[in-house]
Amino acid sequence: MLFGRKRQGHTSGHTPAAVSVRPGGAVEPEAGSRVRSRPAAVTARGWGWRHGGRSAQAVSGVDLTVSPGERVLLLGASGAGKSTFLHALAGVLGPDTGGEEQGSLTLDGNHPSDPAARGRTGLVLQDPESQTVLSRVGDEVAFGAENLAVPAAEIWPRVHAALADVGLRVPLDRSTSALSGGQKQRLALASVMAMEPGLLLLDEPTANLDPDGVGDVRDAVTRVLNRTGATLIVVEHRVDVWAGIVDRVVVLASEGGVLADGTPEQVLGSPEHRHTLADAGVWLPGTTPAIPGGAWTPPAAGPCLLQARGLAVARSVRGPAVLSGADLTLDAGTAVGITGPNGAGKSTLALTLGGLLRPRNGTLAAAPALAGTARPEPGRWTSAQLVGRIGTVFQEPEHQFLTNTVRDELAFGPRRLGRHTEGQVLARVQLLAERLRLDGLLEANPFTLSGGEKRRLSVATMLATEPAILLLDEPTFGQDARTWAELVALLREQLDEGRCMVSVTHDAEFIEALGSRNLRAADGVLAAGVPSGVLDTGTDEARRQQ
Amino acid sequence: MSAADAGAPARPAGTFLARANPLSKLTSAVLLTLAVLITVDWVSAVVVLTAELALLPLLHIKVSTLVRRIWPLLAAALIGAWGTALLAEKTGTVLWEAGPLLFTSGSVAAGIAIGLRGLAIALPGIYLLTSTDPTDLADALAQKLRLPHRFVLGALAGMRLVGLLVEEWRTIGLARHARGAGPDAGGAARLKGFAGQSLALLVQAIRRATRLATAMEARGFGAADRTWARTSTFSSVDGFVFAAGVAVSAAAVTAAVAAGTFNFILA
Repeated sequence: MLFGRKRQGHTSGHTPAAVSVRPGGAVEPEAGSRVRSRPAAVTARGWGWRHGGRSAQAVSGVDLTVSPGERVLLLGASGAGKSTFLHALAGVLGPDTGGEEQGSLTLDGNHPSDPAARGRTGLVLQDPESQTVLSRVGDEVAFGAENLAVPAAEIWPRVHAALADVGLRVPLDRSTSALSGGQKQRLALASVMAMEPGLLLLDEPTANLDPDGVGDVRDAVTRVLNRTGATLIVVEHRVDVWAGIVDRVVVLASEGGVLADGTPEQVLGSPEHRHTLADAGVWLPGTTPAIPGGAWTPPAAGPCLLQARGLAVARSVRGPAVLSGADLTLDAGTAVGITGPNGAGKSTLALTLGGLLRPRNGTLAAAPALAGTARPEPGRWTSAQLVGRIGTVFQEPEHQFLTNTVRDELAFGPRRLGRHTEGQVLARVQLLAERLRLDGLLEANPFTLSGGEKRRLSVATMLATEPAILLLDEPTFGQDARTWAELVALLREQLDEGRCMVSVTHDAEFIEALGSRNLRAADGVLAAGVPSGVLDTGTDEARRQQ
Repeated sequence: MSAADAGAPARPAGTFLARANPLSKLTSAVLLTLAVLITVDWVSAVVVLTAELALLPLLHIKVSTLVRRIWPLLAAALIGAWGTALLAEKTGTVLWEAGPLLFTSGSVAAGIAIGLRGLAIALPGIYLLTSTDPTDLADALAQKLRLPHRFVLGALAGMRLVGLLVEEWRTIGLARHARGAGPDAGGAARLKGFAGQSLALLVQAIRRATRLATAMEARGFGAADRTWARTSTFSSVDGFVFAAGVAVSAAAVTAAVAAGTFNFILA
């Protein structure tokens, strides 16, 4: 059975091209009897890495032995060097990157950047978009095998097998950019599996996916591991996704070395470890992170701020409407969560509500409480009018950074508004920065911050101008539990102050934590919450309990 | 089909030109361009253009679709023709005169030649682009022309990123508008905003390129030896494409010389 699939679609027989020389040195015919790549072993002894141009260690003092076929979940706080460790194992942290290595790290006895280790590892990264190389699905999967100089006759059977393993049933000439995020990640997995690696390295592969995509990718990983027996090291904040399929959990300490190492039960079950892991921002199964400020009751709804009637939204002036007939009222002091599958038009709706896109059809009117001296259509507001009224936090924080320091970044909006003196602006900046633990970074360049810091800064820049409505696009994507909890606490405060929070998200816990009304975008329509009778029952119950 | 193609995706039967190897199309296009380029006259341009239009059915592309796709080129050719007719040396008989505007038979002939040449040069490029997948072109360049595969595949991956950057430019524009740095103010501020948005795009482009390079390196890209899952092959179609390129180019130059209109560009 193991080899039966390999012959699928292969009809060439024993042509000269179908003979391969394996690393072991033996020349053997390709069809049927080829030995599958064996699982790899990893040994780290006092291993550490300092990136070129940095004074601080990215990782240090790692002692770790991973046996062939083991499945390891690697945890640790942001900045503990988990990704650096994976990159080193993948052989992409070579000496030519200007970094400095301490101790030893070996893959089957060789250094990972040694030519003998080429193709022994397969690395899947977090961002589906920037790891697709070619424009057709089949070519993409074949790419790695081609680079390893696998005989051409062997490549297409590998491509078919890898795509079948990850459950991606699309034609080989399908455009890679036409795939969803979850499909792209399974494509990335198939692409590395076609190299038949002995060690599979996953760097937060599901952080940017919707719940369906997360499940699909996890199941695909499980299938390829069961079939190939490859060793696995996966880095992920969300423990519950992987806890069921790994047999070992390793926690890296921020200050260097290994903090905990054992079976999932040993590491995740120990109260001491749980405490440390929660501090490190790791999502523990079965718990919601402790939110600063403790118990909270949503405030009473205030006056209406923005009202949409029969709203149709489109991404571009000529493009098709992705969502139409949406009726929606945004009241002060309330939270709205917009959910739905990828591509349902959630983000486009948010951009339209945020005055960044003009409605395709229907009306979107700001109440006098919001519009003030401006005209009622947010889509016609100037930038300066917009920042004091509606803030939109984009999914990718870097898209919104405008200046060279965190201080200027926070001061940009208030200065643009011109309502306050420079002294008042700087005082407000100081206050916001302290509130969001950014006060030590005021002189830092926004682009050099960590993922969690960037997220906090992008929210803070929008809050700096005190808009009445705050729209957030996937604010919790890829965030660790600590940043998540801080974000919830901050947004609860904003609700208490009478602002309206609208989040586009897949994160049910987040919606619930803000006591949000849930709206679902699907099949081109927005299924309304309470008034139209379609309501997320979880939220309903959460409200009753409060 | 070679043994290596077993299990490979079936190439779409497609149009005649789509079945040709990109390299033969490229060679023919270069030959035609050279033939029209070396002489500024209307005879060679007419011969090449007529042959190109006669080959249009091989593309299976509707004339209306073609016009829609190349209308900027048509406009450019017309403007070029008009400008040349207006400014070229006034030889031959006067055809039309109104104040400073003077058209003579010589200047009008030169204008027509320039307009036709522009189209005759542009069309082969259009044919090549509409009938060729960039991946197939990269395969042919690396396998048949033996260009360094690292360079060819790097360029191919880079081209894919360019498409993504167009969407990213829009997103960054909206994101900046939301921050209060939108295109409200007058000329100078607009220019400054454009510079800022360009810089932001550049930063994103470099980030994406770095991540893509890491992903490619992790998949074994960069070693000296590699194999090709898609074999770039020549067939009888390529013989025809190449022969047509040679024949039309030769006919164009011969016709121009015979008609006495051959006008070497450097003469």
